[in-house]
Amino acid sequence: MNVISSYCHIKNNRVSRNGFSVFEQKPEIAFFEFASAAFRNLGVAYPKFFKMDALCKLALLASEYLLSADPAFGATGPEHTGIVLSNRSSSLETDRAHARSVSNPEAYFPSPAVFVYTLPNIMIGEISIRHQITGENACFVTPGFDAGLISGYVNQLLEQKLVKACLAGWIELDGPSYEAFLYLVVPPQGTAKNSNFGPHSTKGIWDLGF
Amino acid sequence: MEALIEKLKIEIIQQLNLEELTPADIDPDATLFGAGLGLDSIDALELIVLLEKNHGVRIKDPNDGKEVFKSVRSMAEYIKANGKS
Amino acid sequence: MQKNIYTGSDCLISPLGLDSDTNFNGLAEGRSALCQFHPGYGSQPVCASLFDESIVDDAFGRLGNPVLFTRLEKISILAIAGVLKQSVVSLSDSRTLLLYSTAKGNINLLERQGPGKIAPDRVYLPVFAGVLGSYFNCANTPLILSNACISGLLALVIAKRLIGEGRYDHVVVAGGDIVSEFTVSGFRSFNALSDEPCRPYDALRNGINLGEAAAAVVLSRQRSVAADGFISIGGGASANDANHISGPSRTGEGLFRAVEAAKLVAPGVSPGFISAHGTATGFNDEMESIAFTRSGYTAVPVQSLKGYYGHTLGAAGLLESIVGIHSLRKGILIGSAGFSEKGVSGDVEILKNTRSQQVDSFLKTASGFGGCNAAAFFIREGSAE
Repeated sequence: MNVISSYCHIKNNRVSRNGFSVFEQKPEIAFFEFASAAFRNLGVAYPKFFKMDALCKLALLASEYLLSADPAFGATGPEHTGIVLSNRSSSLETDRAHARSVSNPEAYFPSPAVFVYTLPNIMIGEISIRHQITGENACFVTPGFDAGLISGYVNQLLEQKLVKACLAGWIELDGPSYEAFLYLVVPPQGTAKNSNFGPHSTKGIWDLGF
Repeated sequence: MEALIEKLKIEIIQQLNLEELTPADIDPDATLFGAGLGLDSIDALELIVLLEKNHGVRIKDPNDGKEVFKSVRSMAEYIKANGKS
Repeated sequence: MQKNIYTGSDCLISPLGLDSDTNFNGLAEGRSALCQFHPGYGSQPVCASLFDESIVDDAFGRLGNPVLFTRLEKISILAIAGVLKQSVVSLSDSRTLLLYSTAKGNINLLERQGPGKIAPDRVYLPVFAGVLGSYFNCANTPLILSNACISGLLALVIAKRLIGEGRYDHVVVAGGDIVSEFTVSGFRSFNALSDEPCRPYDALRNGINLGEAAAAVVLSRQRSVAADGFISIGGGASANDANHISGPSRTGEGLFRAVEAAKLVAPGVSPGFISAHGTATGFNDEMESIAFTRSGYTAVPVQSLKGYYGHTLGAAGLLESIVGIHSLRKGILIGSAGFSEKGVSGDVEILKNTRSQQVDSFLKTASGFGGCNAAAFFIREGSAE
């Protein structure tokens, strides 16, 4: 049975790893400001982060907090890691920004740097570039986090040896509201005490975070 | 010219979200791409938008871009030579 | 050993026709849906493959009231109704899933528009999925895959896995995208659009055309559901370049990895042709030629259908797979419209002219923004596997 080696939640301006808060700001601070502070807190030099749209910043933050502290990721190797993400609002927040940039014929200035983020799977691309992850990709859009779908699909990727580890979860952002739940699934480890990876345990960890 | 260069630096930082930089960090004669500021192909397209939106200057031939975007100074020179203002 | 997952009935809804046979016959006759038009936005003309809305509304009239549905919803319902009509599979069966692939869904609902009967929240993909779900009385909530330009092909690969996992017996894989000011202005800001019909792999290629289409096909574990030829989807895989969010890897790394991983799932398959992505941008086509060369496909004809349909985004991989399936059935390989002189550095053979040739399998590939790539084989039963 595959296991969750570690997990990360980001919501209400709080980052928690494996259930423990690791970075926090007042809830009234805007996401962009919080995201920058949370990223600087990691002490990582990666200026590309600041060019990303809000959804990708959220995804990258979650992956950064998760993978930097998970030895299972280093042991697997990024070329054998897959990424399976899901959300409800796709890339709508940035879609609206692009639509605004072409809504006035007198000021018609579509921006390539905005347009490139008008696809939800760009967050998979950004995590892949940052961590050199080249395995399987999938980006689902579902009304809410679907633990059964994601765990069934990820288990199959692992069992069929299509990946040796898989980053999975829910990265949702719409207007001011956002939530990220990201976890790394790996095959059973000799000494791992973590719960088995299935819909119930994933759902359990999801509930814990919020 | 120097005033335009300073204005451009601020615009570039804003348009390209170079949040970690201040205008003082940008050498007007340093190369923008490659080793310089580490800009990429999307940034190049974004600079074309910046010239058009903020300065009313269009780069008709994309091959001109290489020369125009060599440095902040070359951008300023291009605006002086081709701009209305 | 994995059980075969068969392809059942299919339906293509495009400006070339409102069923698969009309589409395939049109392609075989060399008809392209691309033409130049002057949209009410931007200053330049656009070359694209567009529906005549009145033809869509006429066809949709027997299925519902056209004013209550968006263009994407209408063509999607036509495609899905088209496959169900020819199949014993039902979406109200709890063992059947509707998996829908799209890049942008009802994105035109964000644009300026007059008062209508369409609720603006249908721009949310789960709400759009709900429209399809309630129209077809689906037992399972339709699942949306939005993975840029590989969505359509990746949806087929995922459907095969969901059936293999035992979750479902049948999956109706559907997909669609439309051309809108949103996509035209965006691709134009990338200097990626050609004002003329695109020229995949050609020395003079200068960019993509956008297109709109919807497509659907049934995948099933049951042999009795399979359509003519008992064609199965033999493995498939995806991979990421981990290189750049808009530009493909210069070395074709991700596509090469996806193809090699697909080979591992379908060992020993020797494809009769490759239905490639072939968008007619300088970088994409060049990258593909390098990846195919690295994978050893130097003598396998490579086809792009973008010269007929343009780039239909989230529908492309699905639509092009269905055309390939018909090629296996009918023994006709469709030439790459717009191609005349090879302009890629890889040692590949571009399928230039449409020709009669019986083949037993083909490889389908796709690549997209976000560095994603997908590959899958389609195999006729009785051929070496």
